[in-house]
Amino acid sequence: MFLIYCPHCGEHREEEEFHNHGQAHIARPLDPDSCTDEEWGNYMFFRKNPKGLHHELWVHAAGCRKFFNVTRNTATYEIKEVYKIGEQPKVVE
Amino acid sequence: MSDVKNETATVSVMNQLPDASIVGQSPLFHADLATIAKKGPNTGGVSFKEEALLGHITLRMNADNAEQMSVVEKVLGVALPTQPLTSVSQGDVVVRWISPDEWLITVPGLQAFDIETAFQQNMIGHYQVVNVSGGQTLVTLSGKHAKDVIKKSSPIDLHPSEFPVGKVVTSVFAKSSAVIRRSGEETFELVIRRSFSDYLWLWIQDASREYGLVVEA
Ligand SMILES: [Zn+2]
Repeated sequence: MFLIYCPHCGEHREEEEFHNHGQAHIARPLDPDSCTDEEWGNYMFFRKNPKGLHHELWVHAAGCRKFFNVTRNTATYEIKEVYKIGEQPKVVE
Repeated sequence: MSDVKNETATVSVMNQLPDASIVGQSPLFHADLATIAKKGPNTGGVSFKEEALLGHITLRMNADNAEQMSVVEKVLGVALPTQPLTSVSQGDVVVRWISPDEWLITVPGLQAFDIETAFQQNMIGHYQVVNVSGGQTLVTLSGKHAKDVIKKSSPIDLHPSEFPVGKVVTSVFAKSSAVIRRSGEETFELVIRRSFSDYLWLWIQDASREYGLVVEA
């Protein structure tokens, strides 16, 4: 059992109920029309792939279906914190 | 996303549940549970019953909007549960917390259209009401071993300290999903998808074989 805390349901639930949606805090360019190809390409396709701390977007897919953020160590799977969309991580290094 | 108060509702509402002149077929109609119930057995560790043709309504709105909350209370006769994973019931009406801005309301089938219409006429601001009666059904598992059948099917912790009467969770259930509510110490209600209902009926028969399955109708 790998339990993940859902901040919307307010309790730990089995990993099977969740999906990882990759890197969190990716801001869409405010004015896409004036982006260079490189800026747009970086926004669309390029993602961090760290060994260690990673800020990720998760969704409680089989539960409340809400998104939230997770700071996770990708090497040990340890979850350092869970925080809602719009909030900033407290654990940064 | 603004809360416009004087918007005229332009939605069309449709009564999904026919009156007595048309035979309504629940998702488990083909299983002919009434005949199975008659044949028995009458005793066993798990009882199964489909609460066929209930009215299922999903409501989405902002729980912080006091005006909307009071309209809901007027329409349903009971206040929405805002505490996560809880439910409230009042007579035949059960309201389940699904997410911070979503609830599942079940009512006797023939009331669904009236309640949907009452929402359209009285509700204000930004909200959504959808009659989803045709897409799902509610089954109950009860008896001494009901929780053992659910334990085989879902990772949810069913210990009374973690899952008291009235609690409701949406979770995976036998590779499908279910909205599970504990309606009594040994009684659980499962809201399941129409398209998975036959599969889950077969699954539940298999999972409860060792305890003895009683079908009620
Ligand atoms: Zn959740």
